[in-house]
Amino acid sequence: MESNQPSLFKEAVERLTSNKLSFYSCIYICFILIVAISTPLIAPYDYAFQDLDLGPSPPSSEHLLGTDTLGRDLLTRMMYGSRISLMVGFLATLVALVIGVMWGTIAGFVGGKTDAIMMRIVDVLYGIPFIILIILLMVIFGRNLILLFMAIGAVEWLTMARIVRSQVMSLSKQEFILAAEAMGVRKISIIFRHLIPNAIGPVIVYATLTVPQIMLLEAFLSFLGLGVQAPLSSWGILIRDGAVSMEEYWWLLVFPSVTFSLTLFSLNFIGDGLRDALDPRSGP
Amino acid sequence: MFELILKRLGTAIPVLLAVITLTFLMVHSAPGGPFDAEKAVTPEVLAKLNEKYNLDAPLWEQYSDYLFGVVQGDFGPSFRYPSRSVTELITIGLPITFELAVYAIIFALMLGVSAGVLGALKPNTLYDYVPMTTAMLGICVPSIILGPSLILIFGIWLEWLPVGGWGDIPGDKILPTITLGTAYAAYCARLTRGGMLEILNQDFIRTARAKGLSEFRVVVVHALRGGLTPVIAFLGPAMAGLLAGSFVVETIFGIPGLGRFYVEAAFNRDYTMILGSSIFFSTLIIFFNLLSDVIAASINPKLR
Repeated sequence: MESNQPSLFKEAVERLTSNKLSFYSCIYICFILIVAISTPLIAPYDYAFQDLDLGPSPPSSEHLLGTDTLGRDLLTRMMYGSRISLMVGFLATLVALVIGVMWGTIAGFVGGKTDAIMMRIVDVLYGIPFIILIILLMVIFGRNLILLFMAIGAVEWLTMARIVRSQVMSLSKQEFILAAEAMGVRKISIIFRHLIPNAIGPVIVYATLTVPQIMLLEAFLSFLGLGVQAPLSSWGILIRDGAVSMEEYWWLLVFPSVTFSLTLFSLNFIGDGLRDALDPRSGP
Repeated sequence: MFELILKRLGTAIPVLLAVITLTFLMVHSAPGGPFDAEKAVTPEVLAKLNEKYNLDAPLWEQYSDYLFGVVQGDFGPSFRYPSRSVTELITIGLPITFELAVYAIIFALMLGVSAGVLGALKPNTLYDYVPMTTAMLGICVPSIILGPSLILIFGIWLEWLPVGGWGDIPGDKILPTITLGTAYAAYCARLTRGGMLEILNQDFIRTARAKGLSEFRVVVVHALRGGLTPVIAFLGPAMAGLLAGSFVVETIFGIPGLGRFYVEAAFNRDYTMILGSSIFFSTLIIFFNLLSDVIAASINPKLR
């Protein structure tokens, strides 16, 4: 396994970068990530800086993307907003990934009654309209950022668990797992050393496609005023603020919207590209 | 067929009960009582209010009373508008939300299915690439961006269409329908294309063509029936998304439907309204999932 992984990985990277759309998408996402991470160092203005005398001003050489109604630099606000949006997207996906992988692996590996009960629980949870529950959570326990991505992540693990389970079930019948069992390797190390690393491909693809879904959900909640709360800001909040004042100040709507759409677009293309790269049989 | 419906109901009812219980417990564990906002409430008045809304009873008794009421279609009074019951608010808002959802679905099906069929009939040509790339765009531009952008372009810059209200000025239903329907049109297009590509390669289509049927008849009568199965299976979950989407679209366009009531109730902490409409929405979503399962199974016997 150790020996074939680098070549498999290399091949996947080659396939991924040969698809032009995925390639540019990767560059765009890397750019956004670097900007988001280094925001405190490179932001042109302080986060809380307000130039009330200036008020809303269109893009200029001093404020590249203009300023909002309180005279805050839009570019700075978007940079700090991207940190929240991306953090919610990636952390919630991580939560979903951990729960889904553990749940699916155990169900698929143990099998039998345990599997039946565990997957039945997943089936039942699938039927619950979670958007309603998340809104309820936000209303009742306040708009807590940690709670928000915990709640979203706890919802998104279901499909992940199904994917991992089917992978593990087909893997655990293969000879190398039987050999490991015969050699007396402990179950826990079979799971962590052999099953999970081999099942990870489709999981990564699904995780890449989950990130934009979660970012969309966060933006949706923030737009309604039920997500991230001031003084924090996210792309969803910037879009809402932009929509409120778009009649006079179009740039407040256009720049956050374009950035956000491009991010969703790119993440979806990377997911599609990864699927083709990791599994040459699927897709065109 | 009947067996299938019974089997699905067997899953749906426990799920519904779980949702009701969960939402009930969540709303009741909310910090702060519903009357905390009113400053000048004396202890006596508070006691009266608690008595009126049955807040003194033990939790299980409140729960069973509530459940009993819900079964009869009674969601109790609204905390925010004491003169109105939650059921009343739902009956006011629902027809509007439903009308909006139906227009959006019709828009999505008409646009999506024709784009998908076009793509499948001429795969890997411009007729395929243009609609499918547009569909990808439609999926990635969420309603929170599409709605304001449409208002900005068609309402404010071009001044072609009204930008708010529902049924007040002619044409005010167009922009909300497009905003809500676009993402679904895009999904429908992708699903139709996939389904049709698979069907069009099958033998019975070749037979139909060999019989000398017109291309129109082959596509519309013979191929669409099978090619639309994925679209129909998608309609159930889409209904759930449409209801959630109505929160945003009704807020953007100022439409007095159930979605806006829900968002307002969430802001006002109108607990009975949140509880009632959450349960109502959940029931609708679960029902539509059931319906689309059954329809999909009746069209495609393999799914039974």
